[in-house]
Amino acid sequence: MANILKIEHLFKNYGSVEILKDINVEIEQGDFLVLVGPSGCGKSTLLNCIAGLEPITGGSLHIGGQDMTAVSPKDRDIAMVFQSYALYPTMTVAKNITFGMKVRGVDQATQDKKLAHVAQQLQIENLLKRKPGQLSGGQRQRVAMGRALVRDPKLFLFDEPLSNLDAKLRVEMRTEIKQLHQRLGASMVYVTHDQIEAMTLATKIVVMKGGVIQQIGTPAEIYNRPANLFVADFMGSPAMNLIPAKARANGSGTDIQIAQDRGDPIVLTDTKNRDLPEDVILGVRPEDIGDAAMRSGAHMQEAECLIDIVEPAGADTYAVMQLGGKHVTARLHSETNAAPGNAQRLAFDLGKVSYFAPDTGLRLN
Amino acid sequence: MADLSVSAASPAGQSQTGKIALRWSLYTLLCLFALFYLLPLFVMITTSLKSLDEIRTGDLISLPREVTFDAWRTAWSGACTGIQCEGVRPYFWNSVLIAIPGVAISTLLGAMNGYVVAQWRFRGANIIFSLMLFGCFIPFQVVLLPMARVLGMMGIAGTIPGLIFVHVIYGLGFTTLFFRNYYVSIPADLTKAAKVDGAGFFRIFWSIFLPLSLPIIVVTVIWQFTQIWNDFLFGVSFSQAGTQPVTVALNNIVNSTTGVKEYNVDMAAAIIAALPTLLVYVVAGKYFVRGLTAGSVKG
Repeated sequence: MANILKIEHLFKNYGSVEILKDINVEIEQGDFLVLVGPSGCGKSTLLNCIAGLEPITGGSLHIGGQDMTAVSPKDRDIAMVFQSYALYPTMTVAKNITFGMKVRGVDQATQDKKLAHVAQQLQIENLLKRKPGQLSGGQRQRVAMGRALVRDPKLFLFDEPLSNLDAKLRVEMRTEIKQLHQRLGASMVYVTHDQIEAMTLATKIVVMKGGVIQQIGTPAEIYNRPANLFVADFMGSPAMNLIPAKARANGSGTDIQIAQDRGDPIVLTDTKNRDLPEDVILGVRPEDIGDAAMRSGAHMQEAECLIDIVEPAGADTYAVMQLGGKHVTARLHSETNAAPGNAQRLAFDLGKVSYFAPDTGLRLN
Repeated sequence: MADLSVSAASPAGQSQTGKIALRWSLYTLLCLFALFYLLPLFVMITTSLKSLDEIRTGDLISLPREVTFDAWRTAWSGACTGIQCEGVRPYFWNSVLIAIPGVAISTLLGAMNGYVVAQWRFRGANIIFSLMLFGCFIPFQVVLLPMARVLGMMGIAGTIPGLIFVHVIYGLGFTTLFFRNYYVSIPADLTKAAKVDGAGFFRIFWSIFLPLSLPIIVVTVIWQFTQIWNDFLFGVSFSQAGTQPVTVALNNIVNSTTGVKEYNVDMAAAIIAALPTLLVYVVAGKYFVRGLTAGSVKG
């Protein structure tokens, strides 16, 4: 299948400052690509480069098979939704949506037809005569989406479109964007700093830091097999536990020894992974540590741990303990009998753990 | 918050009468100041409505015994400016012919400059803007000689287009400053969205920025109109017989009369010369204040 977007060796400098370093990304028709990373990682700059709003310093960029490296934004067959919505304040909603068509000289009948279609799709028919100033945040968001949808472009670009909405509306709009993507089968590139948004929306995630791509993969790949410590720590909430440990070969498997602040070190036996260096950082998701009594499986390993804090969160209860000098969070059943100060028998799912090298931060298994 | 309002309310409750007395003395003082400032205008108007005999015999601030518009008629179409005796009328129209294109051109160019400097950042944009700002602070007198040379070389010395040119050049610094400061507060995403929508440089300016600019256009028009209409130095330096603006004519009427000084005519001519700027302030004054503060408040 043809690549809808193909970025090769893209560099972007502001003066002598390198903002983006050797970016290589490809997506196919119908993909939902999410660029995620902490603020200042260059994800918005990359989006602006794709849109053509920022010239690139090096590399090439193809949209729909055509070289768009030096093409102006209007000829790239893209539509963009901005964080601030960027609605034209003096125009009505209808005029906002049809402005692009008007500029391109589309005839009035087609404009009306497309406007009606999009308005019906987004349920904003009753707002068409209003000015942006008279709309609520969620309504403005819809109009901004309408302005993009009406263009029917090869590629949709979203620049943190939900970050100005309140929490409840954000979740609603997130679902709507996902529905829209499934219904239209359109290709989208979406920028966010919210890793939950990234996980829920994406078919493909690009995690960025300091202008460098850390990992590209499906949400499951990123979540289950993070490529390095940064990705492991950034994706997931509560974050993955990253515990310094000692690995020692033990016949068919590996003994993983973790120091405890009080009491004897914990030893877990991993039968899946071999040939680990002596010093490793063990990455365990909170949901992969559970009450021993309620969990079982091939790679389950049990150990006594001293619980420091218990945080009930409704559906789950989080227990925090000290392992290897770090706070470690376990996600326990809401009816757990864990109590602060007591030892609790916990099960670690070693089938799902990650190992990282402490010096390079790279994944080992 | 609650503490504050309580402590602010209690002393006011104790001395309600004191508060009223304070209010009244404040208003009295303000009225006195207003009267003081209005006095010159009062004298001008009453004097212009008196006959010359009455001025000679009467009191400066007394009301006219007999109202006559003779002085206004003379000032408009009969007073002598040097050897010609046509009143201020032809010069008034000269001023109109200078001010209207001068204001329109400098405002439009300022809007465009401001749009470029604020929204189409290019290498050296800040330096160019700083230089234009610097232009605002160059005293008029400094540019007189170079400007005379330039006008001469362009072949428009002593003409009305020449004066329009001078005023446009001199006004550009201010108009650019006004529009630039207004346009920086407009989010850059708006320009980006329009670019993605397919609009070009001028399309974005006409369809998106100009419709947003009414408050700042009013401010700029008032500022430029006042500057150009009230200008005397450029008017007297770069004009010749037949192209002088009203300010220069007024000076000639007052200074070139021989024999008896016709105070009533002088006053009437002065009021006529000041009327347009006064009118602009009355009509657009409320937009002026609104426009000056508009940039700071998010619409």
